[in-house]
Amino acid sequence: MNLCELTAHELGELLKSRQVSAVEATEAAINRIEAVDSRVQAFVTRTVEEAFAQARAVDAARSRGETLGPLAGIPMALKDNICTVRIRTTCSSRMLADWVPPYEATVVSRLKEAGAILLGKLNMDEFAMGATTETSAFFPTRNPWDLERVPGGSSGGSAAAVAAGEAFYTLGSDTGGSIRQPAAFCGVVGLKPTYGRVSRHGLIAFAPSMDQIGPLTRDVTDCALILNAVAGHDSSDCTTADLPVPDYRAALNTDIKGLKIGVPREYFADGLDPEVAAIVRRAIDKLAELGAICEETSLPHTEYALPTYYLVAYAEASSNLARYDGVSFGLRVPGRDIEEMNINTRTEGFGPEVKRRLMLGTYALEAGNYEAFYLKAAKVRTLIRQDFEAAFNKYDLLVTPTEPMVAFRLGEKGNKKPLAMAAADSYTSAVSLAGLPALSLPCGFSQGLPVGLQLIGPSFAEARLLQVAYAFEQNTEYHRRRPALEVA
Amino acid sequence: MTITAAEVERIALLARLKLTPEEQAAYTEQLNAILEYVDKLNDLDTSAVEPTAYILPLRNVFRDDLVRPGLPRDKALAGAPEVSEGQFKVPRVV
Repeated sequence: MNLCELTAHELGELLKSRQVSAVEATEAAINRIEAVDSRVQAFVTRTVEEAFAQARAVDAARSRGETLGPLAGIPMALKDNICTVRIRTTCSSRMLADWVPPYEATVVSRLKEAGAILLGKLNMDEFAMGATTETSAFFPTRNPWDLERVPGGSSGGSAAAVAAGEAFYTLGSDTGGSIRQPAAFCGVVGLKPTYGRVSRHGLIAFAPSMDQIGPLTRDVTDCALILNAVAGHDSSDCTTADLPVPDYRAALNTDIKGLKIGVPREYFADGLDPEVAAIVRRAIDKLAELGAICEETSLPHTEYALPTYYLVAYAEASSNLARYDGVSFGLRVPGRDIEEMNINTRTEGFGPEVKRRLMLGTYALEAGNYEAFYLKAAKVRTLIRQDFEAAFNKYDLLVTPTEPMVAFRLGEKGNKKPLAMAAADSYTSAVSLAGLPALSLPCGFSQGLPVGLQLIGPSFAEARLLQVAYAFEQNTEYHRRRPALEVA
Repeated sequence: MTITAAEVERIALLARLKLTPEEQAAYTEQLNAILEYVDKLNDLDTSAVEPTAYILPLRNVFRDDLVRPGLPRDKALAGAPEVSEGQFKVPRVV
């Protein structure tokens, strides 16, 4: 049996019944990383010794007869913008290449408490700015389904590692689509929870009004299990919702009869690859076959979502990334005085994509421009939110393609063309502006490459998204396919 | 053209970035392309629309004022590029 082909919950059963030990599971994952990661390049940092120490601790606890949770002994990995003590957290940037955080993210503490085994930290677009993982200052990550293609981004390492069998699950972060888009490109399940569902304490900020941490997994059951472990109020993040967290796994069932699903026509307009459209249409037919009532609807401000997202996200980023000044942590490049040191540090520490966004954000917030750009975008954000509110008065959830195309080739969307990525961002950013939960799951293959189906719910309706995703998954086979990485 | 190369240089300095002449030219073109794209928002009349800065209906979030340990000084300084006498050290300020 190849352990690395299993889902996290399947491995969890073997661990619980002591057919496999946590050390054996960790060994399997590390062997797999050694076998494939020189090609996939998902990991920025590997934590082999720590992983084995954690695995031995879990095995010891189990042999003492302690009651362990469902994630105990399961190896996983984290996007490298999630802070870990004693382990560097780089944001795939020269600015933080050697930075070791003094505290750890709440999600990391929660997973550790649940007995998770940390294998290492995963590559990403620099400071989560990008949709290909090519803006990483270190190296690009590759798509396990076709190594000449991008895994998506910015959580490209997180999606690729799960697809390649290098980790049983990972965490990523999503500001404008950074979990859902790579999940779609790599054929895994990715969930962006409702804004406020999961603590951001210890997540390095990009655009804090939209940033959210979420799981990337091989199936829907795993997604529910990980959300169970990380969701909930955190006194260290005052934007987390003080609401009860349901048992997401217990909510999984396949009965979706009578559920009302809206299909917004704006997501099926020009620019959608015809083969992707056909696959997504068939997936919607499948949901109808399972008893859901699927109807066409409209989100009239969809075409304004991406320009709004650019202004809001870049403005927030420009003010957030002001902290990288060479004073208290991270890179310092010397200068004659403090201002020259600030400038030298930022000029050498940031890559071209980050610089472009910081400049645009600075411009949009500048006195004299603020009303015309940032405030205008904040107002359009209200209209986008209201579109969804109106839709959810009629429908239980909405369904769209996650992306209008399959994964593209490395280098295809050049860094020189700032709007080349627009199509890739346009299907995911409206949801982020509205703070809603959305899940991408595999719904078919186009020319051997995965296609993702995006389910969008009202605030805090993660259980419903997971249920519909589960019903689809239990009646299809796409989530069982694995990329043929052995054939190098 | 919405913004000129000279303006791009000024904005870069506001963001504490120094651009080479080649970068300045490239970013001028790129920023103009983005600004032209976002100009689409002006199709919409938003005079009667309230802005959304945050999605949550949160106002002031209070918690009990409990005494608990903060980040110890040595840990706070551990990632600093330069430290002197238990403080962050920086080059000349004035």
